[in-house]
Amino acid sequence: MWAFIKKEFFHIFRDYRTMVILFGIPVVQVLLFGFAITNDINNAHIAILDHSKDVVTREITRKLLSSHYFLLDRYLKSNNDIKNAFKEGKIKEVVIFESDFAKKLKTEKVANIQLILDASEPNTANILNSYTSGIVNSYILNQMQQESGVPLSITVETKMLYNPELKSVYMFVPGVITVLLMLVSAMMTSISITREKELGTMEALLVSPLKPVQIIIGKVTPYVFLSFVNLLSILLLAVYVFNMPINGSLALLLSESLLFIIMALAMGILISTISHSQQQAMLLSMFALMLPTILLSGFIFPIENMPLVLQYLSHIMPSKWFIIIIKNIMLKGVGFNYFWKETLIIFLMTLFFIGLSVKKFKIRLE
Amino acid sequence: MKTKETVIEVNNLVKKFGHFVANDNLTFHVNRGEILGFLGANGAGKTTAIRILTGLSKPTSGKVIVAGIDVNKNPEKVKRRIGYMSQRFSLYDDMTVRENFRFYGGVYGLTRKQIRERMRFYLKKLAMESYENMLLQNIPLGWKQKLAFSVANVHNPDIIFLDEPTGGVDPITRRQFWEMIYEVSDAGTTVFVTTHYMDEAEYCERVCIMSEGKIEAMDTPKALKEKYGAKNMNEVFIKIARNVE
Repeated sequence: MWAFIKKEFFHIFRDYRTMVILFGIPVVQVLLFGFAITNDINNAHIAILDHSKDVVTREITRKLLSSHYFLLDRYLKSNNDIKNAFKEGKIKEVVIFESDFAKKLKTEKVANIQLILDASEPNTANILNSYTSGIVNSYILNQMQQESGVPLSITVETKMLYNPELKSVYMFVPGVITVLLMLVSAMMTSISITREKELGTMEALLVSPLKPVQIIIGKVTPYVFLSFVNLLSILLLAVYVFNMPINGSLALLLSESLLFIIMALAMGILISTISHSQQQAMLLSMFALMLPTILLSGFIFPIENMPLVLQYLSHIMPSKWFIIIIKNIMLKGVGFNYFWKETLIIFLMTLFFIGLSVKKFKIRLE
Repeated sequence: MKTKETVIEVNNLVKKFGHFVANDNLTFHVNRGEILGFLGANGAGKTTAIRILTGLSKPTSGKVIVAGIDVNKNPEKVKRRIGYMSQRFSLYDDMTVRENFRFYGGVYGLTRKQIRERMRFYLKKLAMESYENMLLQNIPLGWKQKLAFSVANVHNPDIIFLDEPTGGVDPITRRQFWEMIYEVSDAGTTVFVTTHYMDEAEYCERVCIMSEGKIEAMDTPKALKEKYGAKNMNEVFIKIARNVE
């Protein structure tokens, strides 16, 4: 048994390229998602068309620019400039103050600001829109309160819980952990088992006194270890590079991950029993596991926005439940009683996949 | 060490896959130290029979006793007493010669010391001592094949099953390979070998020719040649194949 596990490590460490990929992917992915692919917007270029040029508009402009979200590209002189400004492509938003802004605000209590956004990037446009409205609103509320001396009866105060700065890293790290555990565990085991089939060494192992269970455990143990190393490196990066908190219990996080790893391994074994070659195993894991994991788990696209059919489909994605669990532990810091249902679902899926793959493995022997 | 002791005994072995009968009522026995050639066209049922004898597959009916143990009842025990080498190469390319010995030795429960002794013994015999720490992928195929045979023998099995062991190997290496087979047979190991090379069939002590799941003939090469009035095993094989048609 020990000899077997050792042998498996030889396979992994002798194959330098695969090893670099295995240990490099987590780091690269986290850094990529953390730095490059981000929904946070900093320094968006905007233009301002101020028809009023009074104290209030200047103050609002100052407020907008002092946030790090916006960078003043230019002041526009007339409505005709707006089109040209957008055509150049650099400017994402134009803020227009109507004439006599301060005066109207005082006398009629209503003054208009128009926002024109470049919606060729809908996400960016949306976010910029809410940033701007947020800043303007808070200024106006502040002003009114100071002037009248009485606080307004209705104020909306938004508080973003668990991720006050709306950092997208918080969203991506759980996703990346899930995808990578899936990749390393399921894909690598299925490939390594089918490789033995291709080489004919599987036959030699089956006629040896080793029991099938021993063969399988021997094959998957190294990958449990690898997945764990990957998990730890992602967590270290998340905590020390991106300052992501782990509010809940680390031990709980690790044991839930172990459960998920075991489930992914069972899937890997299942894939290996139904595929005849390494390529087939790889394609199967890519299309059957990776894509749904990325697309349907709520990692990138919110599940609530999907068509109903896909929403139902997402329920059978183990990764969806695992992401919920990680977020609960890392961001909310809640305990086991808040996500025992999700854990139970993954646990049942694990049993299901182990049962199915053991059955398949036996059938192949008949 | 050759005796009349029976090490493989097969009685009325039947294996069906659905309606297809892969092994139709096989009955034969093999003695200790004997070299039995198992011949037959592709699909004649050779591989199925070997899979049953090695405990990889369960017979539909019939009794199979290998090394004194009922395979059907106690396949794990049988597996300790047999060695196996397939037509496809069964060592690991990304490990060294020593690591391969270590691994398979460990699988069969040998101690480190035993493994080291057995490995030295075989490497010396193959004059490959300097290859001990070489990766398998850097060693020519014919040599690898001989190594695979040595590794399959590392635990001194009672019976060794060779499934087309010499496929793709040059004639000189094949000759050397057969010398190795004779050596282990002299030492008392029964050799059960399938092959497509009829010159190799001549080397066997007894030959079993299968066709469409049945044993068509089983005897020494000499007796078979006399019976069918043939010059060599090739003619015997072709005559038997024609008779069946």
